[in-house]
Amino acid sequence: MSVIVAKHLTKIYNPKTVPVNALRGVDLTIEKGEFTAIVGPSGSGKTTLLNIIGGLDKPSDGSIRVDNEDITQLSDNELIDFRQKKIGFVFQSYNLIPVLTVEENTEFVMLLQKRPKAEREKRVAELLDSVGLSDKKTKRPNQLSGGQQQRVAVARALAPKPAFILADEPTANLDSASASNLLDIMEKLNREEGVTFVFSTHDQRVIDRARRVVTLVDGAIGSDEIRGN
Amino acid sequence: MVDNVVRYYLGYVQIHHKGFWDDRTLENSFEPEAVPASLKSEMAMAPRLESFALASSGEVTRGVLVAGIDPVKEDEMTGLKGRLTAGQYLSMEDTAVLLAEGLGQLLNLGVGDTLIMVSQGYQGRNAAGAYPIKGLVKFGSPELNKQLVLLPLLLARDFYGTGERLTSLAVNLPGREALPEALKILNTELPKDEFEVMGYKQLMPELIEAQELDTAGAMLILWVLYLLIGFGLFGTILMMTRERTYEFGVLTAIGTRHQTLMGMLWSEAMMIGIAGAIAGILVSLPIVWYLHTYPIQLTGNMAKAYENYGMEPVVKSAFELWIFVKQAIVIFIISTVLTVYPLWYIWRLKPVEAMRE
Repeated sequence: MSVIVAKHLTKIYNPKTVPVNALRGVDLTIEKGEFTAIVGPSGSGKTTLLNIIGGLDKPSDGSIRVDNEDITQLSDNELIDFRQKKIGFVFQSYNLIPVLTVEENTEFVMLLQKRPKAEREKRVAELLDSVGLSDKKTKRPNQLSGGQQQRVAVARALAPKPAFILADEPTANLDSASASNLLDIMEKLNREEGVTFVFSTHDQRVIDRARRVVTLVDGAIGSDEIRGN
Repeated sequence: MVDNVVRYYLGYVQIHHKGFWDDRTLENSFEPEAVPASLKSEMAMAPRLESFALASSGEVTRGVLVAGIDPVKEDEMTGLKGRLTAGQYLSMEDTAVLLAEGLGQLLNLGVGDTLIMVSQGYQGRNAAGAYPIKGLVKFGSPELNKQLVLLPLLLARDFYGTGERLTSLAVNLPGREALPEALKILNTELPKDEFEVMGYKQLMPELIEAQELDTAGAMLILWVLYLLIGFGLFGTILMMTRERTYEFGVLTAIGTRHQTLMGMLWSEAMMIGIAGAIAGILVSLPIVWYLHTYPIQLTGNMAKAYENYGMEPVVKSAFELWIFVKQAIVIFIISTVLTVYPLWYIWRLKPVEAMRE
């Protein structure tokens, strides 16, 4: 089952002044349960592609269907609601809310969704257990290491049970041990719970673990390698 | 300022015989029976018989303002008894006078001394008398303080030979807010061809002009302060918004609606405004109270300027709850207005652009 279907995605920045072709007709389909890395040199269009897939930006041309919904037709508020329900984001610099504790950060999106308290508490407990942070639930982000903060970000992204997780350079700020630990958790979630992950990354440690590697070159797909592991 | 002068002597409203204010002679006095009894029972009024006289003591002679008063009603209206600095207060049956403290100094007279007065009474009669001084009173208004002689009404009538007549009825009101209604009633019930009803603004136009000028100056300073507060608040709210652009971008990206963020920012701005207003009230309260209890006594040219307007040369702060509430409301409105730009900034915030910052 396809979670993401992008057809002929094109993105041109500054079309009227100095046009920059960030994406040139990208066709990409991501199936449920994939563990995919989008790689490529700086300026190749990785972040632009991720932003469009995540409904944070709109393509100049082409279409993108996420979980069978054409997101290019949604209004700004509909897009926000769509992201809240369907997509989990993990950012390079964690982006946790500093004044909230680990469990409050994890619960945040479910609060926006007005889920019942009992359901939220149960889900938070499950997620913190799965990322190995049950003992840190009352800590604030500044009391955690970078790796721990990124694991909270993963828990937060997973909280609303999204269709997939978009992770933009998730290991860029982590040391080897923390990166390895984070990837272990994400792989486990992918294999055992079928969570779909799409990464944009430069990090060879992530690329080595990915089961599919899509390489972008100058805004177009240069290669699309599916691995057997 | 106006309230002080009004409460010291003038009263908020005065009733005179028509034409008295332009020609203040006893010929323009009136019979109190001409005032409808219903009015007298409806409003508290202090009867007065006012004229001028020459007062003498030894070799010193001065022109004085003589006021025949009902000691009890006058005290109820102006708190006259509380301004006694020496001797005793009057009763209606007394054949003695109260002297303004400054006049006493000018005439070199004190309690127990005799004041000699000569004047022209009603319908050209001779008015002359020698009266013991029962007490000295101090008035805030320097003009009154150096020229007022107070007699019991009966004694003043006897001195001027006016019979039952009065020159004015000062109407006692709880405050200036009651003035419009009182004027309406008095103008309706008193015959217009016989009486003139004057509010304090007509009674002392120079003071009102001075007050308006003073108020305009104070308002200018107030607006400058509002401007400073506004810039301070705006800077804080703007910094609070711009510094968190990235954070707002992330929150929008993960599913927070712009309206939620705008509500949050508005609440924060309000909390800053409220905290500022509370802090301001707490800091200013003891200062305002101190300046209310111990007013600043002006000296030199500034004091003279005040005295020229018939005002006591003091700066006294008003200690009223409404002033604090009003300023808190103004700060609330300023805070609300100042959030317009930051709210607009959030409204048009794009998560991708915000997260690039």
